Amino acid sequence: MIYTAGIDVGSAQTKGIIINDRLKIVSRVLIDTGAYVTRAAERCFDEALKQPGLRREDVAYVVGTGYGRYKVTFGDTQITEISCHARGASYIFPGTRTVIDMGGQDAKGIKVGEGGEVKDFVMNDKCAAGTGRFLGNAADVLSLSLDEIGKLSLLAKYPVRLTTVCTVFVESDIMSYLAQGKKVEDILGGVHSAIAARTISLVRRVGIEEEVTFTGGVSRNIGMVRALEDKLGMKLNVSPESHFTGALGASLFALERVSKQSGAKDKDEAQVGAV
Amino acid sequence: MAKTADAEKTTYQGQIHLLQKELMGRYFERLTRADETGEGKAVYMMISGNPVELVQAFDMIPVYPEVNALQLAVKKVCLPFILKAEELGYSMDNCAYVKADIGFFLSGRKGPFGTIPLPSLILCNYVGCNVYLQWFEHLAEYSQRKIYNLDIPFNREASGKPSPADITYVVRQLEEVIELCEKITGKRFDYAKLQRIVALSGETGEIWSRIKSLTRHAPAPFDAYFDSVSMMAPLYCHRGTEEGLRFFEVALKEMEEKVQLGTGPLPEERFRIVIEGPPPWPYLRAFRNLFSKWGAVAVASTYSTVGGLWEFGFKHDSMRPLESIAEHMLEWNLCNRSFLQRYDQIRRYVEEWSADALVIHSVKSCRLFSAGQGDMREYFTKELGIPTLLVESDIEDPRYYSEAQMKNRIDAFFESLEHRKILQSAQATGGTA
Repeated sequence: MIYTAGIDVGSAQTKGIIINDRLKIVSRVLIDTGAYVTRAAERCFDEALKQPGLRREDVAYVVGTGYGRYKVTFGDTQITEISCHARGASYIFPGTRTVIDMGGQDAKGIKVGEGGEVKDFVMNDKCAAGTGRFLGNAADVLSLSLDEIGKLSLLAKYPVRLTTVCTVFVESDIMSYLAQGKKVEDILGGVHSAIAARTISLVRRVGIEEEVTFTGGVSRNIGMVRALEDKLGMKLNVSPESHFTGALGASLFALERVSKQSGAKDKDEAQVGAV
Repeated sequence: MAKTADAEKTTYQGQIHLLQKELMGRYFERLTRADETGEGKAVYMMISGNPVELVQAFDMIPVYPEVNALQLAVKKVCLPFILKAEELGYSMDNCAYVKADIGFFLSGRKGPFGTIPLPSLILCNYVGCNVYLQWFEHLAEYSQRKIYNLDIPFNREASGKPSPADITYVVRQLEEVIELCEKITGKRFDYAKLQRIVALSGETGEIWSRIKSLTRHAPAPFDAYFDSVSMMAPLYCHRGTEEGLRFFEVALKEMEEKVQLGTGPLPEERFRIVIEGPPPWPYLRAFRNLFSKWGAVAVASTYSTVGGLWEFGFKHDSMRPLESIAEHMLEWNLCNRSFLQRYDQIRRYVEEWSADALVIHSVKSCRLFSAGQGDMREYFTKELGIPTLLVESDIEDPRYYSEAQMKNRIDAFFESLEHRKILQSAQATGGTA
C-alpha cells in the first residue's frame, strides 16, 4: 500500500491528510498553527501518522501547502494552496468550476478547469476584510465562539447594515449597534451579509460559473454558507471535508508524483494537477 | 516546483551592467561636485517624456527626483526619509516617491549614491499626475528656486495622436523654457547645438528600440524588465550625449552577440512574460527571484517606456527639434497615453514578442497609474484569453511589500501556467496529460 500526505499550514490552523493509493483518506488532523510553524507542521504530521499507526517512512511523498508550506521541512515539495484547493475541490465535487475559499487571512476565488486545474484566481489584497479573521473579531466582541456565530446569524430578522468591512473597525461598529440595543443575531446577520457581499464581488472578478464549491475553515460556518447562497442565488457544494480541501489536494498531488516516479517515464519535477 | 535557475545567478552581470554602474557613478559624482563647488546648474525634471535635450543644450545638469527616490529604495535607506515626510504631515497614502524625495531633500540631500545639488530650475514637464505637480511645487517652496510647469495635454484622442494645436502649444512653452534657461545660465540659445543633441537622441532611441526588439528571440538575450532597468538611467541622464550613444551601441553589440550564442539571463527560459507597472524598488532582487525560479523572463515591459517609447516608430528629428521634443512629451511616453493605448501597447508586446502571460505590478501609493489595472486584468484574461496575474506592493515604501503574499500569488500563477503547458504539449502529441 502506498501512502501520501498533504500538510496545509494555514495562518490560523494546520491541516494534515494522509491518503492511500486507493484514494481513501486514512487520517485527518486539525491543529492550531500558533507561533512555531515548523513545529506545528511536524506535530500535525506525527498525529496524522498515529491514527492509522504509520511511521514516517511509510509515507512515500509529502506535499506542503498553505502559507507555511516552506516550513514543512520534511516535505518533498511545496505547492500553493490555490492549486491544492482547486485540486481537492474538484476531487470531492468533480463538477466544480469555481472555488470560493475563505481561510484565516485569505479569501480567494478560483476558476477551475475540468481536470481540476487553476484557470484563473483572485485573492484579497493585504487586508483581512472578508476573511475568517473578520468573523473571529466579530465573535470576540460579542463574547461568542466561532462555532456559535453562524447558527445565530440565521435567526436574524432585521440584519444590521455594517458601515465597514474592516477587520479592525468592525469592533467599534458592533459596539455601537450593541449600544443602540440591536439584537446579537441581527448584528451577526449583518456581519455575515457584509462579508458574503465582499467575497462575491471579489470572486466575480474571475467569473462565477456553476458548480461553486466553498472550501476553507469558514465554510464550516453555516451562516456564511447561507449568506453566500442567498446572494448568489445558487446552492454551494460544501463537503464535511471542506476544511481539509487544501491538504487533500496536496495529498493527491503527492500521489500523482509517486505514480510518476514509479512510472519513471517523466522526469519533469514541476508537473501539477495532472492526475 | 521548477528548479531551473539558481536564484543567485539570475542577475545579468554582463558588460552593460558594469558600464552602466560606471556611467551612473560619474553622473552622481558630477552632481556631488555641483553641490560642493556650486559649478553647474541643476534642473529638476520628471522622467515621463522628459525634454532632456533642452537641458543638455544649455550644459545644465538633469536631475530626476524620481531617480533619487528609487536609488534610496534600491539602497534600502528610503524608509527614514518617508517617515520624515510623514512627520511633516504627508499622508500615509501619499505617493511614496514624493515622500522619500521630500524627506531626503529636507535632510541635506546626501545619499549613499552621492549628493544632489540644489536646483537652478524646477521644470515640471509632466502634469498628468497632480501629485507630481505638487511635489515640484513643494520643492520650489522648500528651495525658493524658480519653477516652470510645462502643461502637457493628456492624450485622450482615440487615434492616440496629439493635434497640431497641442504640438504648437507645447513648442511655445518650450520656447519660454529656453528664455528662462538663457537667463539662468547667461548663455545664448544655440539652435544648431540643440539639433546636434536631438540627432544624438534620435540615434540613441533607434538603437534602444533595436535592443528591445532583440527580446523577440527565444531565448530573450536579456530580461526586458529587470535588465532594462540598467539601461533606463543612461537613457534619461545621458540621452543626447556622445557618451550616452556609445553606451547603447555597446549594449546593442553585446545583446546581438547573446542572440547569436543563444544565451539569455537564465540557464533556461521556460516562460516568456510581459510586465506592466514599475518594480518594487526596495525588493528588486527578491521580486526578480520569484520569477527566475520559474524560468520566467520578461520579454517586454511597459515600465521601460515611461521616459520614452521608441519601439513603435518614433524617432527624434533634428530638422524639427522642438516639435519632435513636443511629440515625445505628448505622445511617445507611457504616462501621457490613455488606457486604451496602454492596452494596445501591451497587446502588441504579447503578440509580437510571443509572450505566454502578462504580469501587472500595481503600486499601492500610486492610484493614478494603478487605477484601472483591475479592468486591464479582466480585459487581457477574459477578452484576449491571456493569462494575467495582478500583484500589488509599492515602488518605494517597503512597508507595502509582503514576501509571503507575493510569493503565493506568483507561485500559484506559474503552477497554473505549468499545467497549461503540459496540456498543450499533450494535445500537440495527441496523448493525455
